[in-house]
Amino acid sequence: MVASGEELVKICRENGIPIWEYAIREEALRSETSSEEVVEKMRRTLHVMMDSSTIAQEQEVKSISGLIGGDAYKIRSYADRGNTLTGSFINRAMARAMSASEVNAAMGRIVACPTAGSCGILPAVILSAGEELHKTEDELVNALFTAAGVGIIIARNATLAGAEGGCQAECGSAAAMASAAVVEMMGGTPEQALNAAAIVIKNVLGLVCDPVAGLVEVPCAKRNVAGTVSALTTADLVMSGVASKIPFDEVVEAMYRVGRQMPAELRETALGGVAITPTALRLKKEIYKD
Amino acid sequence: MRDYSVFDIVGPIMIGPSSSHTAGAARLAKVAAIIAEGKIIKAEFLLHGSFGETYKGHGTDKALVAGILGMEPWDERLRDSFALAAEQGIEIIFTPADLGEVHPNTVKFILTKEDGSVSNITGSSVGGGNILIFDIDGQEVAFTGQYPTLLAQYRDLPGVISKVSSVLYEENINIANMRVYRSGKGKTAMMALEADSEITEAVTEKIRNIEEMERVQSINPVVEGVF
Ligand code: SF4
Repeated sequence: MVASGEELVKICRENGIPIWEYAIREEALRSETSSEEVVEKMRRTLHVMMDSSTIAQEQEVKSISGLIGGDAYKIRSYADRGNTLTGSFINRAMARAMSASEVNAAMGRIVACPTAGSCGILPAVILSAGEELHKTEDELVNALFTAAGVGIIIARNATLAGAEGGCQAECGSAAAMASAAVVEMMGGTPEQALNAAAIVIKNVLGLVCDPVAGLVEVPCAKRNVAGTVSALTTADLVMSGVASKIPFDEVVEAMYRVGRQMPAELRETALGGVAITPTALRLKKEIYKD
Repeated sequence: MRDYSVFDIVGPIMIGPSSSHTAGAARLAKVAAIIAEGKIIKAEFLLHGSFGETYKGHGTDKALVAGILGMEPWDERLRDSFALAAEQGIEIIFTPADLGEVHPNTVKFILTKEDGSVSNITGSSVGGGNILIFDIDGQEVAFTGQYPTLLAQYRDLPGVISKVSSVLYEENINIANMRVYRSGKGKTAMMALEADSEITEAVTEKIRNIEEMERVQSINPVVEGVF
């Protein structure tokens, strides 16, 4: 796998292939297996995403701490009633993101993508866009490879961990990967895909990691919802012809730098941000009372 | 720069909520149970750092017990592991502890088996669900369980290592990495060997039959996402 976005665009252009196809080839090479096997493994991953993004919409799922739960069900019911402002597509995508996050917090099965905390974004974005655009399952699997390819470049040049780079690195990267995947799904070029990823990251640059009580629940679940909306709307932005003024690689570098400048209090330690608000401290006390 | 797989980024498939506090914990415990060998009747967990502080909220406790029962990090029965352990009559104790200058997500397993023997194993969950086992019964080691791993305790006499490698050679198993830990010439040494392909029970048995061997185990990672 190439080391930068620029090289990624170049190699895809030279070979006349999208990012997903390049990612499958590289994975088959590095794991010394066939492309078919690699694709089948990703299909199993997609199936887990389908379940995790649905379960908590159909029944109320509560987290083990009791901090969150039942919201995916609420959003879904609201979307079904048909009186939303932003439309059923976005609302159903939000319900999916919330569902996977709630399933995660309730010790259900999810796909970390790139992390468990940000596990709602990629499924919500890919499945919602896929449904809207009438894509086949194979095309959804391919979209996961686009996302992974972009994620690898971020991981190599920055970080995907909230403990290192804040939530911009976790939910920000997840949304960037997802947006890039949708752009390719819509027929955009690798360059446009990276434009979408760059725009998404720029819009959450500096987002801190401040989990209440140190648990991946508040504000994490709602950041998955926000990341999902950003990924979907940015895909449209880019497909309309809008480009990122700052190239993807430079945005990733900036994100990494910002993460390094963040004090430890804002990197998953639960010592800053919303995690030390009076309400958060009260909730923490209630959870760990015994 | 690390060479990432697409499945490091879109993956692993796991039971939430945390790759380090849940998935990594389950993986650590599963490997510890294999190393301990034999039926476990009592498991005490000394939880260090962040593990000690947040184990309830992250389900680290349930994941550790699930691992002791042999479950993988993606097994949906993980959240019911306490009940399953109770059914099997396994006694469980959690103790927050200070294990010294180690990774914040570290656990020491004190595992008592049916025959009364006790194994002490210590390891850390180092991020992204990855683990590092670094102490077995006071012997320093270092392996991740990411590759098929052979653990052997043997009398440290000349030629043992070549006997092991010739068995693997015959079986067409490529050695990716091998470390030997010894307490002194002629005494007991420990070998942690990582291979490129599965180390089957038959191969493990062949190595067990080498004269100088005292204890041999193999740990093979399971293909993820096959339920
Ligand atoms: S706030 Fe922190 S723990 Fe929560 S999703 Fe963001 S990076 Fe992950």
